[in-house]
Order: sequence, then C-alpha cells, then structure tokens
Amino acid sequence: MEFFERFAIPNPSLAIYISMVAIALTMVAIVAGLTYFKKWGYLWREWLTTVDHKRIGIMYLLSALIMLFRGGVDAIMLRAQLAVPDNKLLDPQHYNEVFSTHGVIMVMFMAMPFIFAFMNFVVPLQIGARDVAFPRLNALSFWLFFFGAMLFNISFVIGGSPDAGWTSYFPLAGNEFSPSVGTNYYMLAIQISGIGTLMTGINMITTIFKMRAPGMTLMKMPMFTWATLVTNLIIVTVFPVITVALAMGTFDRLFGTHFFATSNGGMDMLWANLFWVWGHPEVYILILPAFGIYSEIISTFSGRNLYGYKSMVASMVIISALSCMVWAHHFFTMGQGAVANSFFSITTMAIAVPTGVKIFNWLFTLWKGKIRFTVPMLYSVGFIPLFVIGGVTGVMLAMSAADYQYHNTMFLVAHFHNTIIPGVVFAMLAGLTYYWPKMFGFMLNERIGKWSFWLLSIGFCLAFFPMYITGLDGQARRMYTYSEATGYGPLNMLSFIGAGVMAISFALIVYNVYYSIRYSPRNIGADPWDARSLEWATHTPIPEYNFAIEPHVASSQAFWDAKKKGHELFPGKLEKIHMPNNSGVPFIMGAIFFVWGFSMVFSLWIPAILSILAIFACMALRSFERDHGRYISVKEIEETETKLRGVN
Amino acid sequence: MKLKSALLMLVLTITTVLTGCQPLMVLDPKGPQAKRQAHDILLSIGIMSFIVVVVFAILIYVLIKYRASKASPDYEPPHIEGNKWVEILCVGIPVIIVTYFSIVSVQSNYIVEAKPQGYQDKEPLVIYASSSDWKWHFSYPEENIETVNYLYIPTDRPIEFKLYSYGPITSFWVPQLGGQKYAMSDMVTTLHLAADEPGEMMGRNANFSGKGVAENTFNVNAVSQKDFDKWVKDVKKSAKPLTKEEFNKLLKPGHLGQMTFTGTHLGFNPPPGHNHSGSAKQEGPTEKSNMDMTGNMDMSENHNHE
Repeated sequence: MEFFERFAIPNPSLAIYISMVAIALTMVAIVAGLTYFKKWGYLWREWLTTVDHKRIGIMYLLSALIMLFRGGVDAIMLRAQLAVPDNKLLDPQHYNEVFSTHGVIMVMFMAMPFIFAFMNFVVPLQIGARDVAFPRLNALSFWLFFFGAMLFNISFVIGGSPDAGWTSYFPLAGNEFSPSVGTNYYMLAIQISGIGTLMTGINMITTIFKMRAPGMTLMKMPMFTWATLVTNLIIVTVFPVITVALAMGTFDRLFGTHFFATSNGGMDMLWANLFWVWGHPEVYILILPAFGIYSEIISTFSGRNLYGYKSMVASMVIISALSCMVWAHHFFTMGQGAVANSFFSITTMAIAVPTGVKIFNWLFTLWKGKIRFTVPMLYSVGFIPLFVIGGVTGVMLAMSAADYQYHNTMFLVAHFHNTIIPGVVFAMLAGLTYYWPKMFGFMLNERIGKWSFWLLSIGFCLAFFPMYITGLDGQARRMYTYSEATGYGPLNMLSFIGAGVMAISFALIVYNVYYSIRYSPRNIGADPWDARSLEWATHTPIPEYNFAIEPHVASSQAFWDAKKKGHELFPGKLEKIHMPNNSGVPFIMGAIFFVWGFSMVFSLWIPAILSILAIFACMALRSFERDHGRYISVKEIEETETKLRGVN
Repeated sequence: MKLKSALLMLVLTITTVLTGCQPLMVLDPKGPQAKRQAHDILLSIGIMSFIVVVVFAILIYVLIKYRASKASPDYEPPHIEGNKWVEILCVGIPVIIVTYFSIVSVQSNYIVEAKPQGYQDKEPLVIYASSSDWKWHFSYPEENIETVNYLYIPTDRPIEFKLYSYGPITSFWVPQLGGQKYAMSDMVTTLHLAADEPGEMMGRNANFSGKGVAENTFNVNAVSQKDFDKWVKDVKKSAKPLTKEEFNKLLKPGHLGQMTFTGTHLGFNPPPGHNHSGSAKQEGPTEKSNMDMTGNMDMSENHNHE
C-alpha cells in the first residue's frame, strides 16, 4: 500500500475528483468508440504512424485546441477566485497550482503546438516541397511534444500539480519548499516536449534551406516561411539552455545536487537567469510566426503585395538577435545595479524599433489596398491596435527604474497578456480560419466567426485593461485573494466578466466548427480566399505528394503572378515521386519517453533505466534499418490528379 | 517643460477620474524615489498615448478609405515595393523616442540606486529587512530593536534597507515610498528609500513565495524624528529581548501579527555574505558579513553588553 501512497493527490478537492472521473470516462469512451467503429487500424495507419507534414500539423492543431480549453478553464478559475475580495472559491494551494499550470500549458502546450501546426502544415507547401527534410524526425517531435503534454496534464490527478509558478523559481521550486512531485512533473514534461521542439528547429531550418522550389531564393520566400526560419534559428539557439537548466533542476530535486540550492555554493539567481535566457527569446518564438501569419493574411485581403518586404525580413532578424540580449529585464529588481539595468533597459526598448517598422509596414500594406473584412482579416486588423497598446506598455516596463513599481504587479500581467492574446492567440485563430479550408475542404462560417472575433476582442479589453489600473494601485500578481479595503474589487469583477465573455467567444468557435461541418458547402475550390502564395496552388484536399509537378517560382507571391501575369508555375512533366514510409517507431518512442518521465517523477528507478535502454534500442533500430522510402508511379499520380480536378 | 508638465497633469487627471477619484497608490508617492518613478510612469504614459492615438488614426483612416465595399469592382491595388524615405521615417521616429526614453531611464536608474535626492547630506538610517515564510523581520542595529511585520521610520532622513531572505526569493515593496527589490538567501541587496511626510503605508512581499504570500504584508509608519525617538524609547522600556531560540521559532513557516523586541538577530544569525557560500550563515559572523553591517558594529556590540 505504501508504494501507491505516492500517487495520491496531496491537496485533493472536489474539482480534482470530478476531473478524475471525467478523464476515466473519456478514455473509456475513446477506447469503446474506436473498437465499436473498428477504427483502431485506421488510427494506427493513417495518424499514429504518419510522417506526412500535413497530418502532423493537424495533430498539433487538435492538441493545441484541447490545451487551449484546459488552460482556459484554469484562467476562468483564477478570475473567478479574484472576482470578489476575500473569496473562498479556491484555497491558496489550489490557486497556486492553477496559475502555475495555466502559464505552463498556455505557453508550452497551447501556443507552441499551435505555431508548429502552421509551420508543419504551411511551410512545405509554401516553399513547394513534398515534405519536411526529416519526416520521421518530425513525427518524433510531435509525439515527444504530445507525450510531454500528457505527462504534464496527469499531474492534476496523480501526485499533484506544480505550484511554484510557470517560472518555477528556485529555491521555492526546490524540495524544501515544494515537497510534492508537482515540480518534478514540470521539469520532466517540459524537458520531453522541449527535446521535440529542438528537433523541429533543426528540421525546419534544414527544410527551408535545402528544399525550396527552383527559383525561390531566400528573398523570394513568403513572409511566413521567413518567420518560420528566423523562429527556428532562435529555437536552436535557446532551447539547449532550458534543456540544461531543466536537467540541473531535475538533478537538484531528484539526486540532491545544489545547483540552485541556497547552501553549498548553489545560486538561486542562476535558475532565474537561465530560465529567462531561454524564456525571453521564447516569447519571440511565439510572436514571430504570428507576425508571419498576419503578413500573409493582411497581404491577401488587401489584395496587395506586402509593403516593405526587405525591411520586414530585416526587422525579424534584428528582433531575433535582440531577443537574446534582454533577459535580465525580467528581474531588474534583483539588485544587479544601475549599469546592468541600464544596458538591459536600452536593449529592451530597442526592440520597439523593428517591431514598429513591422506595424507601419502592415499599415502601408492596407494603404491603397482593396480591403475585404473576412474573419482572418478582422483578427489581423484587430491585432494592430491592441498589440500597439501591449507594445507601448512594454516600453514602459523596459524603463528599469519605473519597473521597480510595475514588477510583480497586475500591470505586468496586463502587459504580457496584451501582447500574447492579440499577438499570438489572434494570429492562431486567424490562421485557423484562413487555413481551415485548405486543411479540411470547407470553410468556417463567416457570420459566427465574426461574432466570436468581436466577443473575444471586447472580452479581452474588459478582462485585461482593468489590470493596468489595479497594478498601478499596488495589486501584486499571483496573490490568491485581497481584502475589501484595498478597493480592487470592482475592477477585478470587471476582469472576471471579460474572461466570461472570452469564454463565450471560444465556445462559439467550437460551435462554428460543428455548424460548418454540418452546413458548409464543400465545393469551394483550391483557392477560396483569392490568395497569393504557393500553398494555394495545389488541390484541396491536398494529395500526399503536395504538388504533382515541382513548382518554379519567380517572386515571393508566385501563385498570384501565375493567376494575374500568366507566370508558368508548373513547367515540367509528371515523374515518379519519392515519398517517405510511415513508421510506428516515433509514436512508440514517445510512449517510452512518457513512461520514463513518469518513472522519474516518482523516483521509480528500475522502469526509468529500462525505458532509457528502450529509447536507445529504438534509436539503434533506426540506425540499422534499411528504409529507402517508396515511389508513387506516374500512373498513380495521374489517377489522383484527375480525381482531384474532378472535385474542383 | 511647461508642455511636459501640462501633459503629465492631464494624464494624472484622467487616471484619477478613471479610478473613482482616489489616486492610485503608485501615482500617489510619499518619498523622493517613488516621486521619480511616478514621474517616469506618467511621462511614458503621456508619450505612449500619443503614439497609440497616431497609429489608431492611421489604421482607421486606411480601413475606411480602402475597404473593398467602397472601391469600384475593377480597382486593382498597385504593386508597391517600399519607399526609402518612408522607411527611414518609420525607423527614425521610433529611434528618437526610444533614445529619449533611454536617457530618462538611465538617469532614473542612477537616481533610484543612490541615496535619495534632497537627502544627500544626511546620515542614512540602516534597517535590515529579512523575510521568512511569510513574515518580515526588521532589525534596527542603530537603535538595537527588532520588529516583525511593521516598520517605524523617521521622515526627512534617508533609509537604507538591507534585504535578504530566510527562504524563497521575496520582494520588499512599499509602493508609496518607491519600487521593490528582491530579498534572497545568499546575498544582501540594498534599497534606498525616504519618506517626505508622516503617514501610514502598505508594504508587502510582491514576489510569489508559496502558500502564504497573499498575507505577507507589513505596515509602514512614517513619523517625525521626534516621534520616532519616542517610539524607540517606549520599545526599549516595554519589549522583551530577542533570543536565538525565540528567533528560530519566528522563522517557522506561518503568519504572525506585529511583534517588537529589543536586540536584533544580526548578532547570532547574521545576514549572508556576498560570496554565495551559504555556509557563512552557520559559522557565525565572518569578516565579510561584519563588513556588510557598515558602521553599525558599535551598536550591535552594545547590545551584547546589555
């Protein structure tokens, strides 16, 4: 019995018991459903073993949406607890667990897979490639992310959630102050999915450098591809830092080392530094792909080429370089003195310049355009004003002396939500609506989509603008309650109402998917938005080889030129196409990583060692396996093409 | 300068009206450091509002002017690569603004990291502020007094807070006196503050440090030097001495009310040195940690004689 006690939840509550039952029921329902409809084989052949970048992209997308729901429920709980003074809805322990998991899930397991969904789905199409450079590695990246996310999520019902904040500062996150296994979950789950992210970084960079269509020089790449390239360069630069930091943290917690301990020469500030050396570039890893998506959408729906293409590229490169030089602005108050603070203050403010250039370029793209207010476009033009507010408050926070007053307050919370929600979340929803027809062959309903856009924007303003004021009034962040005498009550209630409106908006998005599956017309053609880049030049649904003939490109908007200037996109003739084989190994390796992570969390050494051996066995298997892929014959391609042409 | 102060007043009025006519804590400073910070905040809000208004205006203009429903059906938007002069302008204006803010920011850094302006010729009162889960201990080596969860400070005298922690990283913050600074367990950080006028203020740990952080607050009473001296005298008369056993009991995780002691814990449980070797804590006062208590050694020795 003693063995099983470690799996118990240290701070149980009704919500956790309900979740346990709900999770169990969902799993039973999935297993029963798959068995009843005889879909096990389909699931394994078409999805779990796939190496197709489009399917991997869609799996990332589904995971991100599920995690958005989980993180969103956390958010509603937080705002509900703070809605009135001295509220007893959550006790401090639960509040701490909820805001910690909210942060981790939204950044690591919602925003990251969301951007990877678009990178995977769009980039190979945009550069006219048949897949990414390393398709099987790509599948492994996804499964590592997926099992990392699952490992993190089960902490809620087995052993207890992390409760030291998404930043997990030591010594608070050390064994002395966080004795539950929650922080072990944090260290290992992020580690596993982080390894996957690093692999994606290598994969995407190679893909973009080596697999572009003939004629597509670097300066003729569509903007989203550029954003992906720059983002993945940041990923391979900074993810090793978090990998090492998490490994050191794991050693501190499991093996008694003192890297971040307060005794025997440990340094708690070292964690804060390492975390933010990764953590600050991480926010640019999220925002640059978002900028890329906005660039595509704004250009498409203005009916114009992107204004200032070169300066757009240059500003992204400059942002990526600066992003690695600003980390200490997360702790101006650590006491490093006026010189260091001045340096980091200036570098931080400098980022406003390239970002400002991008904003102006979008404005000039709209200028003299023919603007169609579709749902993706609404998100994009809604992004500009809201993000500008987030950006200018960022410059305010960058003034280090003033930051002594903003730090750790709701002002800061308002600022970063004001950049992440209009910046990243709006971009993801815009991208979702924009690429949905390419992914699934029908469009999302525009009327419902517009409702959800307006509700989300209004809800966002209601939820976060009051925090600027309460922050300046001295309301510190991460506090589970406040007294009535502080006077924070009414504005926090407003935030809660705003969060509720945002929740309604997300519910409408889900309803929109249901509604559109049922009622949307299916005969939309391959180019429903009258778009400009290569991903729209192939059929819908996209054949597994993407393009029957390799496209030849002469500008960054090759498809538009083909439509308007009669540029010949596919000059060659059909040839047999080489494609990679499916493989079950990435999924199995992901599952073994999950077992390893779980064993490590609970210090079960024997299964942990066995899983490491199994992981190496999988890698050895891959090394000695002869798999030269397969060919699709010309006849097969012709059949597919005729069939797809018939559809459109 | 006139324009600038007019702008500041305007912003201040708007924010005050927005929040039901009660000034926001950070914008209602009671000391020189907080005043400088409030000045920076209002200045940046003013200039930033201007930028926001300009961007909004351009956006609304282009969205209305170039919407498809207004354009003729055969209108073809032109292909424009970019314009050197426009782009120089788009870079130049932000560069000017950022440069201006950088200058202000650097100046302010040196101001808030030094003895408060207007107090340069006065001897600072050194107070050791240490946090433990979830309380604040304030040691006055000069007066040989220690309090828990409340501060008495004299007005018109600079205060030098020496911050450290007996646990997770915390952040010492009295919004109306000035911004916060971290208290950590392996080094001492210094925060310079001063109170211009008497009054009661809220202080707290602003950094998340576990379960009890929400209630990790303290009261600050700024009083005239005369009242401060009287308070010291009263404490000496009525309070119990702080023993090592008593202090170790205080360190245990939990919440405490306000408490007062004679003597400080600095003698038997000195603050950490800067050498990161947490071992100094156990070994008693080392050369280095004695150095940290600049100029107050006489006082703590007095305490030992008592």
